[in-house]
Amino acid sequence: MTIPPTIATVDFRQALGDWRKVVGEEWVLTSDADLDPYRDSYSPFAGEAQERRASAVVAPDSVQQVQEVVRVANRHQIPLYPISTGKNLTYGGSAPVYSGSVVLDLKRMNRILEVSEKNAYALVEPGVSYFDLYRYIREKKLKLWIDCPDPGWGSLIGNSLDHGAGYTSAPYRDHFEAHCGMEVVLADGELVRTGMGAMHNSPTWQQFRYGLGPMVDGIFTQSNFGIVTKMGFWLMPEPECALWMTALAPRHDDGPAFIDTVASLTYSGLISSQVFIESPVLGFPMGPELSALRRKWDATRVAGLDAYASRTGAPFWTATFALYGPESVVRAKAAHIRASFERIAGGTVKDHELVRFPLSDEQVAQLPEKPRFGVPNLAYFQSRFAPEAPVFEGHMDFSPIVPFDGKTIVEAMSLFDRLLQEGEVAPLGGRAITYHLRAACMIYAIPVGKDIRSNQKAREAFSRLMDVAAEHGWGEYRIHPAFMDKGMGLYAFNNNALLRLHERLKDAIDPRGILSAGRYGIWPKHLRKPS
Amino acid sequence: MSVRLVCTVVLLVRCVSAGAVEPTISWTWFPVQEPAGTPRGKIEFDRACAVCHGTGPDRPGTASLQVKYQGKLPALLEERTDLTPAAVRYFIRNGVAMMPRFRKTELSDPQVDAIARYLGRSGSGS
Repeated sequence: MTIPPTIATVDFRQALGDWRKVVGEEWVLTSDADLDPYRDSYSPFAGEAQERRASAVVAPDSVQQVQEVVRVANRHQIPLYPISTGKNLTYGGSAPVYSGSVVLDLKRMNRILEVSEKNAYALVEPGVSYFDLYRYIREKKLKLWIDCPDPGWGSLIGNSLDHGAGYTSAPYRDHFEAHCGMEVVLADGELVRTGMGAMHNSPTWQQFRYGLGPMVDGIFTQSNFGIVTKMGFWLMPEPECALWMTALAPRHDDGPAFIDTVASLTYSGLISSQVFIESPVLGFPMGPELSALRRKWDATRVAGLDAYASRTGAPFWTATFALYGPESVVRAKAAHIRASFERIAGGTVKDHELVRFPLSDEQVAQLPEKPRFGVPNLAYFQSRFAPEAPVFEGHMDFSPIVPFDGKTIVEAMSLFDRLLQEGEVAPLGGRAITYHLRAACMIYAIPVGKDIRSNQKAREAFSRLMDVAAEHGWGEYRIHPAFMDKGMGLYAFNNNALLRLHERLKDAIDPRGILSAGRYGIWPKHLRKPS
Repeated sequence: MSVRLVCTVVLLVRCVSAGAVEPTISWTWFPVQEPAGTPRGKIEFDRACAVCHGTGPDRPGTASLQVKYQGKLPALLEERTDLTPAAVRYFIRNGVAMMPRFRKTELSDPQVDAIARYLGRSGSGS
């Protein structure tokens, strides 16, 4: 058991005893065997001293228990690290940012408190997963969709608080954008409800999120100012049908016009789904022939890549999205979108199957691209892609926000390809995704595993990618704890005034530094490095 | 003592005295409905494991093991005869490849034991 150096052993033991009285003996975990599963399964520090470890786990099952646990932590000044379902793999998993923190595991708080079909919303606890809500809606035959990320075993609340996103229509696919109303336990145990929830018995807590006065919901995301114990989400009414489509363009130099077409259609609302903008020629993984061509950085590079695409029949660019609604509306939108992409010489749009809803159980099980249709899955976790390929053990995602501009995204793909080659790292992905409403996010899954040297190389490459991206003004939208300090440090306007504001809030709202020390670079005063 | 404090105390006593609550993770699209007499391990497997290790599309555990073994061993864990309960327990709590570790709040020790006995029913050892 690793106890933070600032905590006296006697205080720690007393706190454990107090927590046992609150949640029961069974839900205070201290043995190595019980704590090991709280390690980050995708840690870039696996086997090294810097790997973050929990000192204990407390797992309450009610809001009142959370309040009591926090009060005990305050009394003894023990750092807590709340997790919801603990599935934020790639961005830290169940492990605390500050080693030795006690993980506050909220998985047992898994109640779906309300689902309104008429007004299309849900109110849930942190332990509710996308699978749980999907199954609930299906069992009750409600005409509602969820929007889920890929994979879908995580928490609606946890994903939203880390600015996660899914696939279906705006605004539902930006999960914080789709939230409406929070309940938060503050660091002193006080219970607060935001928006209309601040009134007694308000019937509109999940319908009007502003309430009256300053809207504070955002400060509880990517932060350590409170523990969210309830949260409302708007849900999309089940559409009549969905058409899944892929637009294609044949040549490298089509990239700017192709991507600008995606942007224009997105801004106008004709494409409201998330869009995967990929290049089968510039993405990952790749075979040896393509790898050799991609390593040529002279004037023949583009011609060589175009020739490869032409010979193999691979489109140079693809954009995958879906349309939702009544069939007549979907067909009309599809026709306009097709015409837009056909303005590019050789540009086409491939229609996949038009899917009508509701689906039978058998159709759900067989459905491809499930998250595009509001169906959770875990398909992402395949670890082996070919018999000869190395086993993919885990990854941390480099995910900068770049301008939604074709020329810039094409340049960024080349720039990151070069940096990854120099860093001798072979990621997965390498695509631009419109997770959020007005931005393109590039995603490179940097492999990490059990080999210390490979992990060191991955960390070095990751750090360099961040530095070069920052030179262009591109910052991460979400980041692994190993890079939270650096990531926030690069948001450096006016001598890091934003981080300094976060620190002032921290000092006011959690003066004893109980909650999630170090999350997104926000350290309590007693652990803060002098600037 | 305020009404609010009385309520808090009552709730705490109720929660603690209610005893152990089994974790109820279920990564399924539909409620798991098994015929009477189905072994507990099979029920837990279908709730927690089949989403990756079952049959059908989008099952990454099955797909990964197919690539790994190339037919030399079954890709479906339920068809394996070489697994031991101890090995299954180890993989659930320690993870392997992309499969992460699973915590007690997701799968209790009795649930893990039931899955281990079910998948390791043909293997030797404990």
